[in-house]
Amino acid sequence: MGRSFQWMMAGMLVVLATSAGADWEMNMTKGVTDISQTVYSLHMIIFGICVVIGVVVFGVMIYSMIAHRKSQGAVAANFHESTWVEVLWTLIPFAILVGMAIPATGALKQIYSKGDPDLTVEIVGYQWKWRYRYLSDDPSTEISFFSNLTTPPEEISNEAPKNTNYLLEVDEPMVLPVNKRVRFVITAADVIHAWWVPELAVKKDAVPGIINEAWTKVNVPGIYRGQCAELCGKDHGFMPIVVDVREQDEFDSWLVAKQDEAKKLAELTSKDWTMAELMERGEQVYGTFCSACHQADGSGVPPAFPPLKASPIALGEINKHIEVVVKGVNGTSMQAFGSQLSEVDMAAVITYERNAWGNNTGDLVSPMDIVNYNAEQ
Amino acid sequence: MTTAIQNHSSHDHHGPAKGIGRWLYTTNHKDIGTMYLWFSFSMFLLGGAFALVIRAELFQPGLQLVEPEFFNQMTTMHGLIMVFGAVMPAFVGLANWMIPMMIGAPDMALPRMNNLSFWILPFAFAMLASTLFMEGGAPNFGWTFYAPLSTTYAPPSVTFFIFAVHIMGASSIMGAINIIATIFNMRAPGMTYMKMPLFVWTWLITAYLLIAVMPVLAGVVTMMLMDIHFGTSFFNAAGGGSPVLFQHVFWFFGHPEVYIMILPAFGIVSAIIPAFSRKKLFGYVSMVYATGSIAILSFIVWAHHMFTVGMPYAAEVFFMYSTMLIAVPTGVKVFNWVATMFRGSISFETPMLFSIAFVILFTIGGFSGLMLAIAPADFQYHDTYFVVAHFHYVLVPGAVFSIMASVYYWLPKWTGHMYDETLGKTHFWLSFVGVNVTFFPQHFIGLAGMPRRIPDYALQFADFNMISSIGAFLFGFSQLLFLLIVVKCVIAGKKAPAKPWDGAEGLEWTVDSPAPYHTFEKPPKVE
Ligand code: HEC
Ligand SMILES: [Cu+2]
Repeated sequence: MGRSFQWMMAGMLVVLATSAGADWEMNMTKGVTDISQTVYSLHMIIFGICVVIGVVVFGVMIYSMIAHRKSQGAVAANFHESTWVEVLWTLIPFAILVGMAIPATGALKQIYSKGDPDLTVEIVGYQWKWRYRYLSDDPSTEISFFSNLTTPPEEISNEAPKNTNYLLEVDEPMVLPVNKRVRFVITAADVIHAWWVPELAVKKDAVPGIINEAWTKVNVPGIYRGQCAELCGKDHGFMPIVVDVREQDEFDSWLVAKQDEAKKLAELTSKDWTMAELMERGEQVYGTFCSACHQADGSGVPPAFPPLKASPIALGEINKHIEVVVKGVNGTSMQAFGSQLSEVDMAAVITYERNAWGNNTGDLVSPMDIVNYNAEQ
Repeated sequence: MTTAIQNHSSHDHHGPAKGIGRWLYTTNHKDIGTMYLWFSFSMFLLGGAFALVIRAELFQPGLQLVEPEFFNQMTTMHGLIMVFGAVMPAFVGLANWMIPMMIGAPDMALPRMNNLSFWILPFAFAMLASTLFMEGGAPNFGWTFYAPLSTTYAPPSVTFFIFAVHIMGASSIMGAINIIATIFNMRAPGMTYMKMPLFVWTWLITAYLLIAVMPVLAGVVTMMLMDIHFGTSFFNAAGGGSPVLFQHVFWFFGHPEVYIMILPAFGIVSAIIPAFSRKKLFGYVSMVYATGSIAILSFIVWAHHMFTVGMPYAAEVFFMYSTMLIAVPTGVKVFNWVATMFRGSISFETPMLFSIAFVILFTIGGFSGLMLAIAPADFQYHDTYFVVAHFHYVLVPGAVFSIMASVYYWLPKWTGHMYDETLGKTHFWLSFVGVNVTFFPQHFIGLAGMPRRIPDYALQFADFNMISSIGAFLFGFSQLLFLLIVVKCVIAGKKAPAKPWDGAEGLEWTVDSPAPYHTFEKPPKVE
């Protein structure tokens, strides 16, 4: 046993030495908010106490294993109880726990503290993306967008080298102003997700039907990355979070640009669209949102995902087609895209499906048709 | 010894039946114990194979071997099979074999029910495993099966999963009733409660926990069944239900469940450490009270699994404090084991090696548990690999090592042969190194921010994941050596005396090795 023990110790040392040398990330981040710093120091305090207790307890144990070996002629003592020792080692741990509970309760209080937010962002978890909505008293200035993973499939399937932000990159990050108290209201549209950014020390479950709250105040501008932290189905590992924290003026100009974009979209909705315009836009939308299941050439992956080429719905009544895309098909992976796509994109993709791949119905579905459909519901 | 010989001659016609009938119809606690143990071991290998699929996929970033969908089925099935198929039946098997022999009883109190509670298990697990071949695949929602992922969004096989859980629950409840009835009614004269070996005590308390919480598990899966098939909305927010309700009910079962998997381990280690320290267990009485306190506390800590679910401040504080309190009785146990070794006369046979490793590594798991109890810090740990590292430390070098320790400890009694000590020690060291190489780095990747249950991960987690996977394969394949050692010992080996360990205590060592088919038909006298 002595031999193998030495070997093991040597092995452990090698692991420790190499890991220190390679500067591998192996501890909790200190983060960039007051709370994340508090949590980090709390974590280190508790960890330190555990290490001290461990050294004492394992020390006595290892000492006994060395000094009181039968092979060294040790003769067993006879004691097997001692009231005062037992009382003592009940009371001392209790006192240590009280010592831990005090800073822990303080930190919790800080996290739960109320305050007037400078900005409120609604976070909604979807299978498998996030939607951010910047709430405002004036609904016309409200903006809302989805945040999707952008890591190319070739990187995931090892056909292309992986970039540094592999799996932690999105098309549209959440943008926040620095040094402002931001309130998050968090919920989910389908299953439970959890919104987690380690550097902010914010992790909150997004539960359908329940609205949770959290808040943060970031001290340093920068880009902070996190991931969904509650198993939410197939692509749970592929719904990252990126928070882009900017100086106030940069944030303001971003917000204005976003609001303009939203206004333009509203104008687009009321504009008269030509078939060619719709087809062009529709092809793009289809590529982003639909082709993963229905395939770029509309052939689908039967039986899981039906083909849209020559499908009875794509060739049949228009309203039925709109309904499937807006509301989804309950109990299947065909989601309700009504809450995800703008009227323009919805009209474009449906027009596209009705006219691509030889589905030559000649039907033109305009954004106003979608608006009218929604109004009738 | 003389009693054993007498029993033998007067009950020749009562020996084991021949052929398969012996196993199908047996009501003998030793036969049933043996079947539980082999069943558990086969589930351990199956669940282990699933774990290796997971670790192989996580060897490198990127998707190499399996699709995310199948990966989720693997994590789910691994958890379910290890918890319900490997660890729990192993302890029931040990209880069957040892409790009657430890309290001087001829058999379990309810032998036919004993047969039934074992024989429904293979059906439950065959059904669960068959879901892998069903359309839509096996359950893929994690062993904690949170709704609505496990209801509205579940594959069709969820119904089979629910039925399997019902059968396992029925089996556990029957087993628990049997153990309580045996301990209450069948102790030999003079075997008062405070003389019972700690393994008997811890199992008595475990049996109460089982009876208290298995019906809760049955309740929660029945509510799922109703939601899925009968249009109710217990967990469906759109119908006025709440997914959070699911978690409260589940963890009201789930937290005592983790003690169900560790209390018997405490009992085993409390038998082995004194035996190989040649010194009486320190603080027997406080051990009993500590076990009881842990069991009671286990009912008021469940929401520490739900710190991020959005509970009010007061609830967070309550569950944080109650959880921290559990460290007190658990600490008492660890101190008692160390005090038992202190100034003993220690030797390091395989059962002792596993028990010492148990104390050290279980304590490490306890430390990370204490860290997880600190609610504000848990906001960073929750649902990361830090949690995975924590519960594998308490379950693998915790529960599983204690089971291995007990197998080595009692194999001579069961088979009449000594196992091969060199191979046993080799098995120990391979397992010890394997377990630590697998799970220690998971603390680091968890703290660095890797969520659990993901099939692919960001590049900064790559190195430790690779080490962890190497450790997992080392640990996994070492268990084949365990199989070899046990089979070898069953077939042949040095003849074991009635009491192969000079420091061991207890009635089981007063009968022959191998233990005769019937023992203690005349109760022994305990002074
Ligand atoms: C996650 C996979 C998935 C994605 C992404 C998806 N669909 Fe579907 N879709 C399905 C499935 C599955 C069905 C079959 C539903 C059923 O069983 O009726 C379906 C059915 C349909 C149908 C009806 C076809 C028929 O003949 O029954 C249409 C139309 C359709 N989808 C349009 C779209 C559009 C437009 C998009 C993109 C905005 C899209 N789908 C994205 C999975 C998907
Ligand atoms: Cu998610």
